[in-house]
Amino acid sequence: MKAVKTPEESRLISWISFFAVLIFLGLVLLLDQLIKPTSSVYMLMTVLQKGSVYALAAVSMNLLNGYTGLFSLGHAGFMLIGAYTYAIFTIPSTSRDTVYQYFDAVVRFSFPETFSNAMGPVGTALGVLVAVILAGLLAAVFAYLIGLPVLRLKSDYLAIATLGFAEIIRAICQWQKLGPITNGSNLLKSFARTSKFKVAVGGLKLTLSTFVPVLIATVSIIIIVKLINSTYGRAFKAIRDDEIAAEAMGINLARHKMISFTVSSFFAGVAGAMMAMVLSIAQASNFKSAMTYEILLMVVLGGIGSTSGSVIGSFLFVAASEWWLRGLDSGSFLGIEAPNIFRNGFRLVVFSIIIMIVVLFFRQGIMGEREISDLIILRRRKRKAGKEAAK
Amino acid sequence: MLEVKDLHVSYGGIRALRGVNIEVPDGKIVTLIGANGAGKSTMLRTISGLVKAEKGSIVYNGKEILGMPINKILELGIAMVPEGRRVFTNLSVLENLKIGAYLRKDKAEIQKDIEWVYELFPRLQERSWQMAGTLSGGEQQMLAVGRALMSRPKLMMMDEPSLGLAPLVVKGIFEIIREINRQGVTVLLIEQNANMALKTADLAYVLETGEITLQGTGAELLTNEAVKRAYLGE
Repeated sequence: MKAVKTPEESRLISWISFFAVLIFLGLVLLLDQLIKPTSSVYMLMTVLQKGSVYALAAVSMNLLNGYTGLFSLGHAGFMLIGAYTYAIFTIPSTSRDTVYQYFDAVVRFSFPETFSNAMGPVGTALGVLVAVILAGLLAAVFAYLIGLPVLRLKSDYLAIATLGFAEIIRAICQWQKLGPITNGSNLLKSFARTSKFKVAVGGLKLTLSTFVPVLIATVSIIIIVKLINSTYGRAFKAIRDDEIAAEAMGINLARHKMISFTVSSFFAGVAGAMMAMVLSIAQASNFKSAMTYEILLMVVLGGIGSTSGSVIGSFLFVAASEWWLRGLDSGSFLGIEAPNIFRNGFRLVVFSIIIMIVVLFFRQGIMGEREISDLIILRRRKRKAGKEAAK
Repeated sequence: MLEVKDLHVSYGGIRALRGVNIEVPDGKIVTLIGANGAGKSTMLRTISGLVKAEKGSIVYNGKEILGMPINKILELGIAMVPEGRRVFTNLSVLENLKIGAYLRKDKAEIQKDIEWVYELFPRLQERSWQMAGTLSGGEQQMLAVGRALMSRPKLMMMDEPSLGLAPLVVKGIFEIIREINRQGVTVLLIEQNANMALKTADLAYVLETGEITLQGTGAELLTNEAVKRAYLGE
């Protein structure tokens, strides 16, 4: 059951979430120092990095598909725009000619470089931040332009149209004529990536490879949650529940759908930028519709209309596919030796079976429409009721 | 006061309204009765701006509102309780009421109006934190009325408020309609339950296949032979 909170309960929840986020961020910062890339459990850090990218992508998709009820499948396209924008504007000038080996690069500056020349080390961080925000903004601009014709469509038709636009974006990115900007179908590399994120505070050298993506994802998700809980979020949910009634209440359907679409795409762009910095390459051929389906799967597994569900779904998905089931590919898994015949590919079979089992037993995803806060509140109410009954 | 003149509305080739004239004087309860497909709902949806008209005019307090966007019409004080309740099932009762005040910015006044609605419907206050989808049919109808009241309407239009409700609940809903009217809200009511509607209304119109065929006070139509035969089942 979804718990609707009284004001007092929601204040309690905001404090709990505030401290939970602080503790989580502190823990990630600590792990970042302790676990080196050579460590045997470094996989945990990879999962945290990739998981936070997918968590943001899934939450932003949920804003559109789960909260506003617009079934859109264009996410990979907007992530691609984000990834490319970020990459293009952070390649250092010295590496530019090697990256664009077949073309004459048009963009000849990088934000981290420009800002660090002006402000020193702080400028580098600021440059990365500016590139990430620009990535989101550009994705949002494209979303606005695509949304003008496409948002008039409903359900399946909208899904098909957005899917088509995402593929068009990918094709244009790989177009040779745009080579001086996008490097054609060749990959972009050498830009600011997480493995290089380090700062020196006093005499202390801090590694931030995992902390930075986790921080960006956390801040973005908090912003999305705030939006969902605002009057805009209420209007989105009203549109999802009943368009005609929402319209009769004076909610401007076109405007609110557009807001939801552009905000969702903005954060898809940010997620794309994070994907680029985590993988340290950006290539259009990675952003196929299969990526959108993967994200959709995380949203569905977590529970459509539940933000915490999307986050849990993405981390579980990434951890299972990247880490826990890896052993199946190499032949030994949890002490079980797999015969040769299953190697390289058996992991995907097991993974698909697990997904089917989850979907069968959790019809509405792991969380349904609930949030973690609902579970806490319900437990608290139960305990209170139990105490009163004991009296 | 609301004045509809020579209103023509078509839906995909079908002429739903063919030159309808009605008047809704301030402070009265006016009802529009008629069979299924007579064009009653089309009438309300056209007044509220959800449906575009072919020709005619709708004047509200001296202002032509035909062709105005929905939010402007709402701001002028015309609210609608849609047919079949249409509450937002996955939002709480309180959130539903807040959505009703969506176009208003005055937070303190909105709070006052929430209390006013709770006074009218004490049942809603008890269910304040519950999802609207978990309410009973009657409670959902109360919520739909409360939600419409949250826009502080001067004219409230209701589309079949008795639809699918038990007779006792219907009686309660009509009492509420009278109470709202006593508090100064003009009501335009569409009903299939002609008996109840005519007993409640000051003025009544009979709509048949897109045209007004009869009009008079509620009491007059209650005793009219044609109305008796067609709508009251005698």
